[in-house]
Amino acid sequence: MTPENTIALILCLPLFIALGIVVAGRFSDNLREAVTLLGASALAGLVWSLLPELMAGERPALEIGEVLPGLSVAFRVEPLGMLFAALASGLWIINSIYSIGYMRANREKNQTRFYVCFALALWAAMGVAFSANLFTLFLCYELLTLSTYPLVSHKGDPATVRSARTYLGILLGTSIGLFLPAIIWTYHLAGTGDFTVGGILEGHISGADVGLLLGLFVFGVGKAALMPVHRWLPAAMVAPTPVSALLHAVAVVKAGVFAITKIIVYIFGIDFLFATPSSGWLVYAAAFTIITASLIALRQQNLKRLLAYSTIAQLSYVVMAAAVLKPLAEVGAAVHMMAHAFGKITLFFAAGAIYTAAKKTEVHQLRGIGRRMPWTMAAFTIGALSMIGVPPTAGFVSKWYILAGAFQADNLLVVFTIIASTVLNAAYFLPIIFMAWFAAETPDGPDHGEAPWLMVFALTATAMLTLAFFLFNGPVIELESQLVRGGIQ
Amino acid sequence: MDLTPHLPALQVVVPMLAAPLIVLLKPRGLAWAGATAVAMLSFCIAIAMTIDVLQGKVFTYQMGGWAAPYGIELSVDAFSAVLLLVVSGAGALGMLAAHASVDQQIELERQPLFYSAWLLAMAGLIGIVVSADAFNIFVFMEISSLASYVLIAGGPDRRALPSVFKYLIMGTIGATFYLIGVGLVYMMTGTLNLADMEVRIQEVTELNPLLVAAGFITIGLALKAAVFPLHVWLPNAYTHAPHMVTMFLAACGTKVAIYVLIRFDFLVFQSALPGHSTQFASFLMPLAILGIVVASAVAVFEGHLKRLLGTSSVAQIGYIVLGASFLSAAGLSASVTHIFNHALAKGGLFLAVACLACHYRDLRLSQLAGAAKTMPWTAAALVICGLSLIGVPGTAGFISKWLLINAAMAQDNYSVLLVAVILLSSLMAVAYVWRIVETLYFGSTDNVAADGATDIIREAPLPLLLVTWLVALANIGFGFFPQLPISLSSGAASVLLGQLP
Amino acid sequence: MELLGYFNYFVFVVLLMIGLYAVISKVNLVKKLIGLSIFQSAVFLMYITMDKVEGGTAPIILAGMPEQIYSNPLPQVLILTAIVVGVSTLSLGLAIVVRINESYGTIEEDEILDAD
Repeated sequence: MTPENTIALILCLPLFIALGIVVAGRFSDNLREAVTLLGASALAGLVWSLLPELMAGERPALEIGEVLPGLSVAFRVEPLGMLFAALASGLWIINSIYSIGYMRANREKNQTRFYVCFALALWAAMGVAFSANLFTLFLCYELLTLSTYPLVSHKGDPATVRSARTYLGILLGTSIGLFLPAIIWTYHLAGTGDFTVGGILEGHISGADVGLLLGLFVFGVGKAALMPVHRWLPAAMVAPTPVSALLHAVAVVKAGVFAITKIIVYIFGIDFLFATPSSGWLVYAAAFTIITASLIALRQQNLKRLLAYSTIAQLSYVVMAAAVLKPLAEVGAAVHMMAHAFGKITLFFAAGAIYTAAKKTEVHQLRGIGRRMPWTMAAFTIGALSMIGVPPTAGFVSKWYILAGAFQADNLLVVFTIIASTVLNAAYFLPIIFMAWFAAETPDGPDHGEAPWLMVFALTATAMLTLAFFLFNGPVIELESQLVRGGIQ
Repeated sequence: MDLTPHLPALQVVVPMLAAPLIVLLKPRGLAWAGATAVAMLSFCIAIAMTIDVLQGKVFTYQMGGWAAPYGIELSVDAFSAVLLLVVSGAGALGMLAAHASVDQQIELERQPLFYSAWLLAMAGLIGIVVSADAFNIFVFMEISSLASYVLIAGGPDRRALPSVFKYLIMGTIGATFYLIGVGLVYMMTGTLNLADMEVRIQEVTELNPLLVAAGFITIGLALKAAVFPLHVWLPNAYTHAPHMVTMFLAACGTKVAIYVLIRFDFLVFQSALPGHSTQFASFLMPLAILGIVVASAVAVFEGHLKRLLGTSSVAQIGYIVLGASFLSAAGLSASVTHIFNHALAKGGLFLAVACLACHYRDLRLSQLAGAAKTMPWTAAALVICGLSLIGVPGTAGFISKWLLINAAMAQDNYSVLLVAVILLSSLMAVAYVWRIVETLYFGSTDNVAADGATDIIREAPLPLLLVTWLVALANIGFGFFPQLPISLSSGAASVLLGQLP
Repeated sequence: MELLGYFNYFVFVVLLMIGLYAVISKVNLVKKLIGLSIFQSAVFLMYITMDKVEGGTAPIILAGMPEQIYSNPLPQVLILTAIVVGVSTLSLGLAIVVRINESYGTIEEDEILDAD
């Protein structure tokens, strides 16, 4: 099979899966879940099968058609997108296993709709990952927002619908109000929106306009949750936990920072941005978000909201790393996407497992829970250590690269921010870990054990991945260093 | 016999002659079938002509063989072709879907009359588009208006009557203003043929009557087109009309008036009146902007589904006028594309409304809560068309917004303001469309008085639903393959701007 | 006396304004329609008077008649059509008023607005 066909198949498969889920859902739940799992595995297999070509320097591409002159729907596999697609599709398998346990144990309604929308969200995520130009990226970006809306408002009670409205309002509002004009501006200036190694804007725009356009892009991509457009992420926490885990720790938010990184690398070009002083504000905005979000996380009582604010801070790591505009930092940005994904999905899985087994959602309720749910809390601990950046976890690797990039650029602000946020991360995660393992349990609490084995299996798997990534990160780094070199042509 | 040269005439004559015959068909199924066949035939004629127009052909037809400028001339170019497709398409598809909805709203013995009025309205609107004669346009305008008054008043809702009376008064004033303008131009040039007028108007030295004529024609047509703030007749008329009529008129009614407005101003006055372009632009652009912003804002807070969509139409008309007021090829083609795309989106939305109305008598949003559970297909089609109305990429609405914003960016003055207005109103469109979606999918069903239980799937009758989905899919189709409306509209723009230096 | 030479247009404008005033200010729907008719008739008058050519005669060409100046017949023809349009608008308007009266029991605009 040629790589072009593989791309086409990757972009069709989730649709067939969604269709299959609808049909299978008519007959039996088991069949439906089998379709989901099989589909997820097939998708991941297809995505991973593109890897050898990519490593060899190939850039398979697929053009669907031209909508307007210069405005085409086209897909192209490159290192950054490959990383995102591999991550999302790979974790979808584990997440599906987890979802089955979670949805059944909590007796959620409308499960077919849930799985269908999940498949559609993955479809949109694949589109985002492989998009070859700004228009395609925008198309899939909007699809991703729309397909996740039913997942966020899954419960359907008034409070949830209100939160879902915030979610949709901020994401659609920023994308139409800021992202779209930025895209049109870019097409207007450069005559194209194709992602090109080295950027397309150099020579078309200069001075303060660069900073303005960058601002439109960065805040327009609301999914990156750079303050002040971060409010949708805590709001999205009303969704069932598997949604928070895969979409709001991996697919959706990563689509945001991924889009920003891609725009910085392939639209502006890092050398051009580095030479333009008016783009310097982005580092400050990201640093501000990291520190502020960490401070807010410190004060959260609800576990999922705490994780949400932690995500906001961690996303800005990626933005900040991309904004350092040095090759090593760009690699760090890509690696951090991956490292954070493993750690954060583990944390969310653990939070969902705690909710399922013990119906506990608040931090202070977790006293002594480690003895009742040792597997879950062990995984939680690994995830939290990765967030802080302690070896031997994945978080250490990415922080290393970001710091290296910061020194390359002599950017002490970045160094200081990373140190400060490490301290803050430790300040909000360590007490939870300590309390869970060593504090005495409150008497007359519910009697419970571990969550269903499917969930425990899933969260153990991601925790292992977090540890494994520390040791086996070579291929990822090698792939991503092609990002700025432009591959072996 | 080759009928091709006669197509422009047949386009008008077929529905017009069929209309009185339909009345004679007493059994109601037959009346519907006849009217549908005629409407379909007229749609086919429009398609046939569009195919020729796409290859660069311009149809001209001398009625009765009398040569222009003495005889009456019909002509079809790229601009007319867009409108012909919209009018006959809306008429035909509406007719195809209408049966169930009409059964519900119109008494049996009056149905043949209803279908006949539908064909007359269609014939009138088509007549306006194909005429190349200023006075003929007036006559056709009145034919279509009288027929649409009848259609609007035909429903069971008594509030339609005062609404239609208001529409009649304002519509007649608009048409009469147009007539005054045409009279003044005729006085100065001695011709009614538009093409001839274009030539002869160059020789006129006394420009004041022409200036007055331009004013009367612009205002009169703006009234007919419901350009803000002359739109007050529209929301009520759309709200209380029978559902299918609302769909038909929302898709094409006001757009035909805009067509005449653009044609007259660009072809006749532009070249003759010095400074007309600036006057035209500086008069219409603020109105368009105000219309877009105010009507969108009102729609956000509107509680009745049909009135909400009707108010949004006023904003969308603003987009069309805004594009024309740029006076550039890019602006005009954005405008013409939006005529086409908005017809698709709004037509689809009102078709979905007609589906909903099959089970929900009361179309206030509060009464439609949870309707997606009983009518999942209808609700899904409504969401697709709603996304197109917002202008989400991948739908037809995105194409025209993209063109419009690009045209606005190319403007010398106020380009940032114009882009900001378009984006702001898109955001407001998100707000009002999402209110509908949220109600349909996640509204609480506690105080809803639908007939029957709310948790059983009870879809609208199949023909209605199929047509609704056809239009919804067309919204997506033209979002990815917009070559047809775009090539027609750029053709239209070059025809219209041919006169400009 | 140039100004007085245009007296037909003065009549047209005055009638037009009387009609428009009635349409806007009257609450009674029938009176509104009367205003609308006056408004339209004013325009008919404009068309009919503008075709008069000074010293012109009726445009009937007969064999053997000397060359003559004729008035322009076209506006009269046009206005015949416009009158037909006007009459049908008026009758439709009246029909609507009748139906309003049937369902609301009144033809005063303010009372109708109160009723809904």
